[in-house]
Amino acid sequence: MRQDRIADPWGRRTPYGPGERWPVRVDTYLADGLAPEDVERWVQTASILHSNGDALDIAVRDGRIAGVRGRAADRVNHGRLGPKDLFGWQANGSPDRLTRPLVRRDGRLVETDWDTAMDAVVGRVRDLLDEQGPSAVGFYTTGQLFLEEYYTLGLIAHGGIGTNHVDGNTRLCTATAAEALKESFACDGQPGSYSDIDHADVVALYGHNMAETQAVLWSRLLDRLAGPEPPALVCVDPRDTPVARAATVHLAPLPGTNVMLMNALIHEIIAAGWVDHDYVGAHAVGFAELRERTAGTTPEVAARVCDVPADEIRRAARLIGTARRLLSTVLQGFYQSHQATAAAVQVNNIHIIRGMLGRPGCGVLQMNGQPTAENTRECGADGDLPGFRNWANDAHVADLARIWHIDPLRIPHYAPPTHLMQMMRYAEEGSIRFLWVNGTNPVVSLPELRRVRGILSQQRLFLVVQDIFLSETAQLADVVLPAATWGEKTGTFTNADRTVHLSEKAVEPPGEARADLDIYLDFARRLDLRDKDGAPLVPWTDAEGAFEGWKECSAGRPCDYSGLTYGKLRGGSGVQWPCDADNPDGTERIYADGRFWSRPDYCESYGRDLATGAPLEPTEYRAMNPSGKAVLKAAAYQPPHETPDSAYPFHLVTGRTLYHFHTRTKTARAPQLQAAAPEVWVEMSGTDAAARGLREGDLLDVRTPRGSVQARLRICGIRPGVLFLPFHYGYWDTAGGHEPDGEGRAANELTVTDWDPASKQPLFKAGVATVALARAGEGAAAPAPTTTASRPVVDGVTPTAGGPAAVVDEDVRS
Amino acid sequence: MTKIPLVIEELHRSETKLVHDLLRLSDRHKPDHDIHHLARDLAGWSRDHVAELSRVGRRFDLDLDADAGDGDGVLSVLRQKGADLLGRRPEPALLLLADLRHLYRDASGVSLDWELLAQAAQSTKDQELLDVAERCHPETLRQARWANAMLKELSAQALVT
Repeated sequence: MRQDRIADPWGRRTPYGPGERWPVRVDTYLADGLAPEDVERWVQTASILHSNGDALDIAVRDGRIAGVRGRAADRVNHGRLGPKDLFGWQANGSPDRLTRPLVRRDGRLVETDWDTAMDAVVGRVRDLLDEQGPSAVGFYTTGQLFLEEYYTLGLIAHGGIGTNHVDGNTRLCTATAAEALKESFACDGQPGSYSDIDHADVVALYGHNMAETQAVLWSRLLDRLAGPEPPALVCVDPRDTPVARAATVHLAPLPGTNVMLMNALIHEIIAAGWVDHDYVGAHAVGFAELRERTAGTTPEVAARVCDVPADEIRRAARLIGTARRLLSTVLQGFYQSHQATAAAVQVNNIHIIRGMLGRPGCGVLQMNGQPTAENTRECGADGDLPGFRNWANDAHVADLARIWHIDPLRIPHYAPPTHLMQMMRYAEEGSIRFLWVNGTNPVVSLPELRRVRGILSQQRLFLVVQDIFLSETAQLADVVLPAATWGEKTGTFTNADRTVHLSEKAVEPPGEARADLDIYLDFARRLDLRDKDGAPLVPWTDAEGAFEGWKECSAGRPCDYSGLTYGKLRGGSGVQWPCDADNPDGTERIYADGRFWSRPDYCESYGRDLATGAPLEPTEYRAMNPSGKAVLKAAAYQPPHETPDSAYPFHLVTGRTLYHFHTRTKTARAPQLQAAAPEVWVEMSGTDAAARGLREGDLLDVRTPRGSVQARLRICGIRPGVLFLPFHYGYWDTAGGHEPDGEGRAANELTVTDWDPASKQPLFKAGVATVALARAGEGAAAPAPTTTASRPVVDGVTPTAGGPAAVVDEDVRS
Repeated sequence: MTKIPLVIEELHRSETKLVHDLLRLSDRHKPDHDIHHLARDLAGWSRDHVAELSRVGRRFDLDLDADAGDGDGVLSVLRQKGADLLGRRPEPALLLLADLRHLYRDASGVSLDWELLAQAAQSTKDQELLDVAERCHPETLRQARWANAMLKELSAQALVT
């Protein structure tokens, strides 16, 4: 069976019923003209362009990547691949890959050798350590490195240099997922499992456009919907997403009102008597306060604030409240909105009060955006201590110091780790003077770009950028280090449902590009970092050695990898942590029988005040939750910081589209993906467009107090009063290079600098905006996909299709 | 003769001052975006407290303003502009520590006053007054804890660089 997978991103249906095994369908895409028998080797890996963790094999021919094939045996995807998996690999072979280090000379970046580049980096770090100390040095990484690289960086930064300034761009995508789990269960760790889709009778998706963020997981849900006894879907999203179209109930609240809506749902569940009081009594604290705080939030109250019909809130509450096997998933519609953590925690609360955890079909998936975001959280590259250790627990710090063989005082733990937005502030005021950015593009991806460009262009800031292309951010760097990427190096990474995959090296990196791990190891060696006996601080020299080091660090902690080896991960399916001697095949669901990791002496976090972000003191936590139960945390609705007025009448939300990843550094270099969504657009409802006399394809000026962007108008099913802009489009493929040359194109020219108090995740869906007609479209449609949430409402727009270049072989195996 | 009206009056004064303190903190540290936004959110809590105190004060023949005011208008805009201009300089980091320290002490004082009011309400079996104190006092404590937490988070960088 051959399918155009740009036109049909989710592929052919393979229906199945509750409790049945999801059928296998192996998707294969090979470079033009190649047949499977032309492939010389198949090399095992998993997807690096979203968080789903689709397992696949890379086809190698003549020393180059020539295609991909889904792994039939893997628990995550049962052979299927999404459009980015199928076509994204082509970016590896792009002719404009970085192949040599660059240094800035007389204001220009020029090619150099590794010794010169690394000596410049190490020299600057050493000078700053002498002059100011570790507070001058910051590291900002990504959600796309491998576990071994994050753990090594965590050791170098925390244990070697001793800086508290380490974070990943996972702050933008997964910080609230982690924080919400820490608030409810006092520890990170995904409660649910993808296989819960096989069992659930109700699936609630909160701000989660699964169809576009995890295309293969959506295929799994579509197959349940096409089979016998399909689950009911509840969708909370202001956009008319494919999820919303498939939903039994679709609630489209005004941006910024999620907590109000959640409180109304909880109010209904409690009022109707759908609470599992035995479970709550045995396994949770905080129910009385939750009941009290939600008591006044009737559906009518919420209906007024959220602009959602009260009866629809009741219908959703009834579905959720009477589900026998409830699966909930949460993503950026909550994580990047006002009161992010508070809202995400209410989803956990629903599962706790309904006793729906740790059983087939009963799970929460607090999702990630990026492929290896989970590993930043486990290994400490998001600033936390590795192994979900608690920075406020001296015994945990001492234990880490024992493993690292250093004095505990060398590990900074005087305050919470410095989150990214604070690091940017320190760089702005001049106290962070060295910033090493790896595999991410803040000059396009952070809010309020004019400010970000200003900060990162400062002369007094030494900026190192490690990447595979000359991104907008790399163009501002003092030193650019060319990195190898997926397929060119070996390591492991873990998806959003705790599945660990091995990713093996298939081909050589281009030119002098090096694996990120090798660059970090070289840095540690040149800086001569030592442990307390004078031995090298980083004792390993390759990926498998780093993995063995991580196994020791994670042993006995919730994210236990001690039962895994590269050998075990090679061949069959990925394995879910915790994996130890007692659970040698991994663990499908955690928190079975109401057992949590929340004991005061074991837990990763004592939690924070959801409104202020202030960490709870250890004594407070101990008094509140002495025996390690789940924590029900209530939250009062707080109005958003910006609300529409006559000058800025719209809410503005930004987000992604199915065909692109991040700032398009890879996906724009895959022709099929780039053609499917070639240029920025702006979405508006038909009602709002008609009221302003605007038509499909009109070029609009979108303006906020921060800046402006020009984009063509897509009139679609988004709720009235809200605009949507995709965040993928920057400037590297424009005349401006790293900044606008004339009109703005990047959505983040418009976004506000504001973040959630608890998770510190920036609020990309929190500003207000206005629009004006720049030029009439004269019949040309907006360059937006028709297959996704941006589906047009007017007739006559050419459907998105990939043609012969996007045809994929789908082999359904019964 | 009861001294409860005095306590209510004093709380009303100190909560009104807390509103203004928080708004000034917000204005002066606009480039510290979380301080800027959260201080305004937390001023809202004190604003509610002021309105509550005005309401219960009527029973004690007190005529207290229910509205804590909006801060300083034009001065507020000037402060924000000034803060933006200083955004690239290191001195505001120390000023922020001083302002947070001030806020912590003021909020702690207000917290003590709420305790006094709750004690008095309890001893006179004034349930309505007790309810107000029990609703408002935890929020005052959270304001103080926020100031304390921000001091902890920001002080190391400000003091060693």
